[in-house]
Parts: sequence; C-alpha cells; structure tokens
Amino acid sequence: MAERSFAKEVEDLRLGDGQEFHGEGILAITKALLQSGVGYVAGYQGAPISHLMDVLSDAQDILSDLGVHFETSASEATAAATLAASVMYPIRGAVTFKSPVGTNVASDALANLASGGVTGGALIIVGEDYGEGSSIMQERSHAYAMKSQIWLLDPRPDLESIVRAVETGFELSEVSNTPVMLEVRIRACHVRGSFRTKTNQRPAMSVKDALETPRRDTGRVVLPPASYVHEREKIEKRWPAAVTFIKERRLNEFVPGDIGDVGIILQGGMYNGVLRALQGLGLADVWGTSRIPLYVMNVTYPLVPDEVADFCRDKRAVLLVEEGQPDFIEQALAKILRQANIPTPLSGKDLFPMAGEYTAQVMGEAIGAFVRQWIPDMLAPAVRASNAPPALEEKHARALAEVVPPRPPGFCTGCPERPIFAAMKLVERELGPHHVAADIGCHLFAIMPPFNIGTTTMGYGLGPASASAFNVKAAKRSIAVMGDGGFWHNGLTSGIGNAVFNKSDGVVLVVDNHYSAATGGQDLLSSRAANRSRSTRHAIADAVKGMGVNWVRQIDRTYDVGRMRDTLKEALTSNEPGPKVIVAASECMLNRQRRERPLFAKAVKAGQRMVRQRFGVDEDVCTGDHACIRLSGCPSLSVKQTADPLKDDPVAAIDNSCVGCGNCGDVAEAAVLCPSFYRADIIINPTGWDRAVAHMRAAVIGFFQRLRAKRRLRLA
Amino acid sequence: MDAVLSPPTLDTRRPTSIAVMAMGGQGGGVLVDWIVALIESQGWLVQSTSVPGVAQRTGATIYYVEAIESDGSGRRPVLSLMPVPGEVDIVIGAELMEAGRAMQRGLVSPDRTTLIASSHRAYAVSEKIAPGDGAGDPAKVHEAARAASKQFLAFDMAAIAEQSESVISAALFGALAAPGALPFPRAAYEATIRETGVGVEASLRAFGRAYDAAVAELKSPTPAPSGNTTRKEFPDLKPIGDAGFDALVERARTLPEPVHGMVAAGLARVVDFQDVAYGREYLDRVDAFAELSANELTSAAAKQIARAMAYDDVIRVADLKTRDSRFARIRTEVAARPDQIVYATEFMHPRMDEVCGTLPAGLGLWIETSPRVLGFLRRLVDRGRRVQTGTIGWFLTLYLLAGLRRFRRGTLRHRREQAHIEAWLDRARTVARGDVALAIEILEARRLVKGYSDTHDVGEGKFSRLMAMAEKLEGRADAADWMRRLRTAALADAEGRALDDTIKTIESFL
Repeated sequence: MAERSFAKEVEDLRLGDGQEFHGEGILAITKALLQSGVGYVAGYQGAPISHLMDVLSDAQDILSDLGVHFETSASEATAAATLAASVMYPIRGAVTFKSPVGTNVASDALANLASGGVTGGALIIVGEDYGEGSSIMQERSHAYAMKSQIWLLDPRPDLESIVRAVETGFELSEVSNTPVMLEVRIRACHVRGSFRTKTNQRPAMSVKDALETPRRDTGRVVLPPASYVHEREKIEKRWPAAVTFIKERRLNEFVPGDIGDVGIILQGGMYNGVLRALQGLGLADVWGTSRIPLYVMNVTYPLVPDEVADFCRDKRAVLLVEEGQPDFIEQALAKILRQANIPTPLSGKDLFPMAGEYTAQVMGEAIGAFVRQWIPDMLAPAVRASNAPPALEEKHARALAEVVPPRPPGFCTGCPERPIFAAMKLVERELGPHHVAADIGCHLFAIMPPFNIGTTTMGYGLGPASASAFNVKAAKRSIAVMGDGGFWHNGLTSGIGNAVFNKSDGVVLVVDNHYSAATGGQDLLSSRAANRSRSTRHAIADAVKGMGVNWVRQIDRTYDVGRMRDTLKEALTSNEPGPKVIVAASECMLNRQRRERPLFAKAVKAGQRMVRQRFGVDEDVCTGDHACIRLSGCPSLSVKQTADPLKDDPVAAIDNSCVGCGNCGDVAEAAVLCPSFYRADIIINPTGWDRAVAHMRAAVIGFFQRLRAKRRLRLA
Repeated sequence: MDAVLSPPTLDTRRPTSIAVMAMGGQGGGVLVDWIVALIESQGWLVQSTSVPGVAQRTGATIYYVEAIESDGSGRRPVLSLMPVPGEVDIVIGAELMEAGRAMQRGLVSPDRTTLIASSHRAYAVSEKIAPGDGAGDPAKVHEAARAASKQFLAFDMAAIAEQSESVISAALFGALAAPGALPFPRAAYEATIRETGVGVEASLRAFGRAYDAAVAELKSPTPAPSGNTTRKEFPDLKPIGDAGFDALVERARTLPEPVHGMVAAGLARVVDFQDVAYGREYLDRVDAFAELSANELTSAAAKQIARAMAYDDVIRVADLKTRDSRFARIRTEVAARPDQIVYATEFMHPRMDEVCGTLPAGLGLWIETSPRVLGFLRRLVDRGRRVQTGTIGWFLTLYLLAGLRRFRRGTLRHRREQAHIEAWLDRARTVARGDVALAIEILEARRLVKGYSDTHDVGEGKFSRLMAMAEKLEGRADAADWMRRLRTAALADAEGRALDDTIKTIESFL
C-alpha cells in the first residue's frame, strides 16, 4: 500500500467528453493515456512520478475494465523492455520512471527499442528531477533522446498542454516508428489545474489479442545486418516523417507579439516562467498575451529547421531559453542559422547561466538583460528606473544567515533505520571507522549529521557493488549498505551475486523496511502485506542464501540496538570466508503508523484495553549534553530551553509526536548514556484488574513517598 | 509579419501569490489543498504546485499557489510554478526558521508581503547536536521579519493546534483567514474545512482559536522574544519555616541583592541534594568569592558551585525518579487522561564506576584496584536494566538507593567530587585576586562537566584542557576573553574539533 491513496481521485479518470477535470498533473497524464487508447502501462516509482505509479495502481479496476494491462516493473530497465510489445503489434504502450537515473538504467532497452523501431505508439514518460529539492545528480535526459534517436517532448507545464502531448506523442511515435519521450518536470507533475476531458478509449488491439496471434519480423531484431538498416532508416525515413508530422500538426507554438524585431525561443517547459518574467517587465500579461513573439518548442528533439529559420529571419536578435547543460539546443540552433545563412544574433547561455535551474529570479534577470540590450525603449518606466531597495537589509541578511539552520531531509520520527546507524556508530567507537559504501534510499540520510556514515553512492542497488574494489586482505572489512528497494532492483545480482562469485569478505547490510519507502511506500517482493494484485512475502534472506551466501543474519527488530551492534561486530570480525550479509528488518514507521493508527483509535473507541507507549526525559536528571541526540536525530527528540537558572544549556525533551519506537531507551542502554529517559506505558480503557493492581501499587508507593516527602524540606 | 501587429492591450492585474514554507511531515499539503479549494469556491482560477521529493522526509519544503479572479472570458491564465522574489503576496512559515528561510530566499518584501508565521521552534539537527546551546536566536528572525514584510503576524500556532487536538495546518489556515490577507469571508474558510469531512470539529476549533489570536495580534502585537534564555525562573530568597534553612537564608541575604536569585536557586539545589549542613558549606564557598565584591563573580560562583556540589550520582537519580511529584509530572507530560493508568520504565545501565562510587570510600577504592574482584562484579552488574518504577519491587529498590543519602558523605564518589571542587575553586580564588574576569571564566568552565559515563569523561577532559590553558593565559589582559572563546568552542561540537582549533590559535601567539 502506497503512502498516498488516490482511490477517490481516480474516479475522475472515468470522466467523458467535454467534462472538466480538476487535479494534479500526474492524474491528468493517466487520464490522457486512457483517452489515447493505451494498451499497457508499466513503470518504476521515483520522484516525481511515484504518484503516477500510485495513481495507476489505485486505478487498476478502471484499467482492467478498459482492457489495459498495468505492471509495476522490477526496474526501469524492465519497464523500458516492456515497450517491446509495441514493436510488432499496433498497440500503444507507455512506461514511466524518474529521469535521468531511471533512463540510465533503462538505456540498454531503450537503445534496442529505438533501433528496431515501433509499430504501436511507444511513450516513455520521464519525471525530470532537476533543480530545487532534487535528490540525484544534475543531468539532462536530452542526451538520451539524441543518442538513441528518441523524440523528446517538453510540453508547456499546464494540464491541457501535457494531455495534448500524450495524445500527439502516440501519433508521432506511430507515424515515425520511433519511441517518444515525454519529459515532465517535478513542478509540472505536481501542478494542480484543470482541463476538458474526452471519453476513454479501449485499445484497438489488446495485448491479449497480440499474445494469441503472434507475429515476427527479423528485420526488427537488433542484429546485423538489420541493425545497419535501422540506422539508415532512422535518418532516411523516421526523422523526416517526424519533422513533417511536427510541422503539420503544429506541435510547436508561435505566440505573436507586436515587437517583431526580437523573439524568444523556449523549451515548452519554460513557458510559464518566461511569461512571468515578461510580465514583470511589462511586456506580457497573465492571460498569455506577449508583446515579444515567442516560438515555444513543445518538441525539443528533433528540431524543425524551417520553423526556426522562419522565426529568426528578419529579427535583430533572438533569445533561447534552454535549461540545463550541455547547451544542445543552442548548438543546434546556431547550426541551423548558419546553414540558412541567417545572421540574426542568438543569445542563450551568454545571458543565462550555463548550469542550474532557471528559477524565477534567473529568468527575470536574463530576459531583463536581453530586453535592455535590444529593446530598452519598450520597458515600462517603473521597471527601467527601478531603484527599489533590497527586500532584506544587509544586517538582517547577516543575522538570518547566522540563525536559520539548514534543514535537509532525514529519518522520520520512529524510523527503524535510525537504530541501525546508531549501532554502527557504537561499533565505530569500538573498532574504529570503516569504509561504508552507501546506496540510494532513505538509509542514505545517514550520511548527514548526526550519523555522518557513508562515503559514496554509485547508484540504486549498487552499494555492495561499489565496495567491490575493497575485496582484498586487510585489517578491516568494508561495509556496504543497501535497501530492500535497491536489493530487488538489481542489488541481488550486482552486489550479492558479485560478492559470492568474487569471494568477497565484506559486510553487506540490507535494510528491509518492508516497502519501497523513500518513493512513497510502494510494495515490493519482500513486503509483508498481502497485496491483491502482486505476489509479496519473498524473504530477502532466502534470496541471499539461494545466491550462495553462507553467513546470513536476520534481525527482525532493528530497535534492538545492542543486538544490532553485536551482529555488526560479529560480521566485521568473523572468520567465516565469503560475504557477510545482515538483513535488518523492521517496518517503515510512516507506513506502520498509517496502518495501525486507525485500528488503535477504533479499538480505543470500542472500549478495548489498549497500551500506548511513548518516551520522555526527566528534565532534572538531564544535564543537557545532548549525547542522546547525537545518536538519534529523531524529530520528536529535541531540546528545550529550561527555566532552571543553574542550567546554561537546553535539556533534551520528547514531544507528543513520539511513537514509542524504543530507539531512545535502547540507545541509552547500549551506549551507556544517562538514566534520564523513561518509557511511559499508558493503559487506555484499563480493566478492573488493571485498576485494582494500580490502586494497590499506588497505596504502597504513595505511603513511602509521603514518608520521605514529610522529611524533605519544602523548598521553593 | 510580426512587425505589423499593433500593441495589444495588456491586462495589468497580477495574480495573488502564496508561498507556504513547511517541513516534511507537517501537513503543508493539507493546508495548500484547503487554500486551493477555498479560492476555487470563490470562483477564482487557481494553480498550486510543490516540490515534495525526499524533502517530504522532515526536510524544508515549499508549496506555491497562484490565483486570479476570472475575467469572464473563459481564458485560462498562465501562472507561475515558482515564487518570484519580490512578488509574493502572502508567505506562510509553518515554523519560525522556515519564515526566516523565506526571507533569505527573497520571498518577503516590505511593499507587498504579509508574512504569517508560527513562532514555535522545531529545532534542526544541527541545532540539537551541539553539546551546548546550538539553537538559533528567534529574536533575529522577528526583527528581520518586522523590517522585511509589509505585515508580520506571528504567534505559536503549534500550541493552538495541540490544545485543539488538531494539526498546525488548521491553525495556519485560521491565521490566513484574519482580515487583510485574502479578500474572502471567514465563513468560506470554515466551509472549506467542513467539505474535507475529516477531523472537522478539531480543525474548526484550531482554526477558530488561531483566527481570534490573529485578530488580537493585529490589534496589539506581542513584543518579540529577546533570545533563548529569557525563561529562567529565579526562586525568592525567603524563609520556609525550617530553623536551619532559614538561618542560611538570613545569611545569604547579606550578599548583594543582584545575586540573591542565583544564590536562592543554588542553596535550594544543594540542600535538596543533601541537607542543611551541605547548604552551609555551599554558602561558605560562595562567600569566599563574594568578599571580592564583584557581583558577576559571585553570581557565577553561586551557579557553578551549586551545580558541582549537586553532582549526579546514583543516589540523586534514584531520589528524583521516585518522588511523587515526578509521578504526577509524567502523567502531564504524556497527556494521560484521569481514567488512564501510566507506568514508567527507566533505562539504566549501571557500571562498576557507579557501584564503587556509591560504596564507602575505602571499600570502593579496594574493589577498583583489585582487578579480579572488579572483573567478577562487572560481569554481575554491567548491563542494561529496565527499571519499572511503578511496580513495588523496583520502586523499593530505587527508594532504598535514594535512602543512602545519609551515607553519601562517606562514599568514594563524594570524596572525589569534593577534591575536584576544591582544586577548581582554589584556582579560581587565587586568580580572582589578580583577574576577576578570568576567575569568572574559570568558574564558568565547569559548564563543560556534564553527562554520564563516556560523555562525562569527555566533558571533564575538555574542562581540564581549559584549566591548563587558563594557566598559560594568566597574566594577559585578554585572558578572560580567550577563555570565553575556548568555552564556546568546547560546546560547539562533541568531538572537540573547534576546541582544538582555538587552542592551536592561542598557542600560535603564546
């Protein structure tokens, strides 16, 4: 069960002709797929398209009503390979994943797909995680489109444009026998807006029909001599067909403007930002009216040379708005202009920064510079003579820089991965620091304070693989961390299999939180929950043993910090040859709370005896040294300023968001911290027996307490 | 062909823009959904977006909404997907420092922005892990906010949410509803909450309270806090009806008036720790500094001597854990209702250090120096114990331990603590004759000695290094200044890196 349920929203996917759809970008994409008569959909979760997978998952009833097959792929490579169904059969298929990391994984299948070409429309929807909040390396998907010859759509970031891009994307794919990549940026995925819907279409041919009447054509298989033919075909047939279609169907848009001697060429995805910047300069309004002509490239690969030339000809200057680097489009435009012998100066990365997100500020400054350079007279007077003081005075800016702390993402309250790294910290104290190969997933938060554990990340599921070079005799062993998501994605073979085969002596720690947690709690093979449409409960430890690992330890309660520490120590010191694999398993607390809370509340309401646990700190015992926090970082374990004049430093404090996971107590015990922690067991709806025992205890304890209180001076 | 066009009439209206700065897990998404639903219910055109990604895991994150009244033409507006610095009408900070972050990002401008912030603090990891006080000064954010915004509205909305058994989103929505921010009536906001159908009553409660608080705040803003340390509560130096103690109070009253609060706190602490006689020893020690008639010195002495004398031993911890007042406090802290039963479990890990320390000095010392006995006992004692203080057996165990107080003066730990205190105070007294400021720093350095077991050892190690540096610095005019820097450095990180650096700096010119 994913973190967010779209059970209610997916009902809107049934809307028919001319109705108004309100919702998020990802839902609009799903609706567009159904309107286009898609035959099958597959993908792998990851921001920003995790929710697209969740929506599809929650919409399975609607999909099966229409005869659409949906799969949660094992990896992006699997997803991309799924598109093979559109090679021989006129079935529209769509896959989705995060880019560029997912595209990296998928690239082998994508290259093969693009070489042989497709019969049915093949759409690759990539969620672009670039700029603010991104969790991955900053690269462009554009290079993939160019290298394998896949067409790249970059529609304007509003629901109507995105929906149109899905629909025309399939057509473009079919007329040019080429897979099409639809690039949607993170904000566009989450943008909430509206569009007019059409009735869903059943696929003209279903995958069932195809399976029952198979076809083959060796000319589509990537093997010489066909592969040589494919390459020529790409250039001689598919490319011209695509350019013709893009032109005829006007996939790129021309926005007229009265200041016709300059112009702006932009990626579709940049449209709203450009318009806002022009509005700030007094050259456009909120309804999309612009005084400067715009050429909006909703297709950024291939370019349409005629359109570019026509737009640039007779202009004094043209500005290109192209986010990311290298500046592929700028280079291509320069070539088009050169070949068409058009002398119009082309601005782009000279005014815009070469690298980094085109934020509102960047957009405003660069477009402002272009306007000032070429048409200064057109600027609104207020803009031209702007001498507004900076919003934040220097002294306040300095003061804020001092006090506003960075707030990177971290482990959630009660996260079962926290005690694993607390245990690693304790092992580090005894055995010294080790080389820790980290991986992608929530566990990567350990690289930040307070844990500061982990040296490199080489890609999803590649934690153990990235420790391969350290497979030499030494006084210390390497530790590789990998999550359950990465494990099933590829780590089982790339990491575990590799370590077994190469007789690695290293330690592999598999963090099993029962879900693909970082991407929103989707199920995977080793999830414990029963899933209606997927097969779960395949134990990681069994897979590891099956791969040939002899030393395997399964820990089913990661909060047992002492045991976690001892197991790690054993793995680092054991004489057993071969890889040492520890599977540290406890359920993701976010998901567990979402599962258990309603049940708990219901039981309490029904009058059942329930025990709620949470932790607390005795303020007068706490000395404010914060050693406990340095082994935790839990959001619910914080500090508070104390009224005690004898204490200079704030004391530790636990707030009511504590879920009673047990980490604080176990860490205090294992690390011999201090006796100020307590766990409170709150018995809700106590039974008569509970009350009787409590009464008896209170009587005895109260007697002694009163006895001592009487002797104690009543100070303050 | 473009050139022949005539200039179009541009609609000069700007969309209303709202940025919500929140932390992952705070429910910023819920608030934004409400805002969008509210605006749509008023017939406006609206767009919202966010960058959740991994930031949803406790990190700082931003949501953005733009809206504009329809012009009736059926056209759809082109709205921005990210805030434009200087052009944001309303910024909502779901926590004080997130409001500060909004200003740093240039989203708050004096001519345009209403800044609504919950003034509560959720400390970031970097603030919490410092061995000292790593918390940022909230006053700085308040000052900047007043200067940088058109209107600044701040109060503790987290507290309102908690009192209302609701979430902060509802309180923030209530503050947003206050007049001046958006041109919509209060009823429209409440209708929006009702529409969602989940936890409606609690949400409306938090909404209403926050609305009222916002209105009151707009009429007369509460002054900004001045730093983190404003909350110290000093007891009165007054008699309590016990002859022995009251005599000490009489005597303490002869000290200068400005130090009365601190002496009262210190005296209460040490008498509570041991007895009235111990209080007398405390005053003797403080007096030795008071004679030099520098109030700052006396105040530092009154504070640090009390802390040192009321050290944390097994007896003290057992005493604090078994008090009736503590049983009551736990119930309040965990928000237990009267019909619920609460039991506490303590997490204790006694080591041989603590056992020997609690024994009579001679016996304790013998065990410590007899490896075989020590090893045997360690196997018996040294492990984590979960002490259920609410059960009779465990309670009586702790109760008896606390009762060892009468033998405390004879324990090994007490003897060691006293020797340590004496050496330290002796040093401070000697220095005080020549350099009062340095003497204050020597006293204040005691702040480094805290925590238990390893943490305590590390603290004591840092303290010793400071004492050694004091010896080297003595005689210099800037000695106290450097000692203060050393103390700040020692409290900055656990590993002592900052302290190493500062010592290196000092040694470079010594």
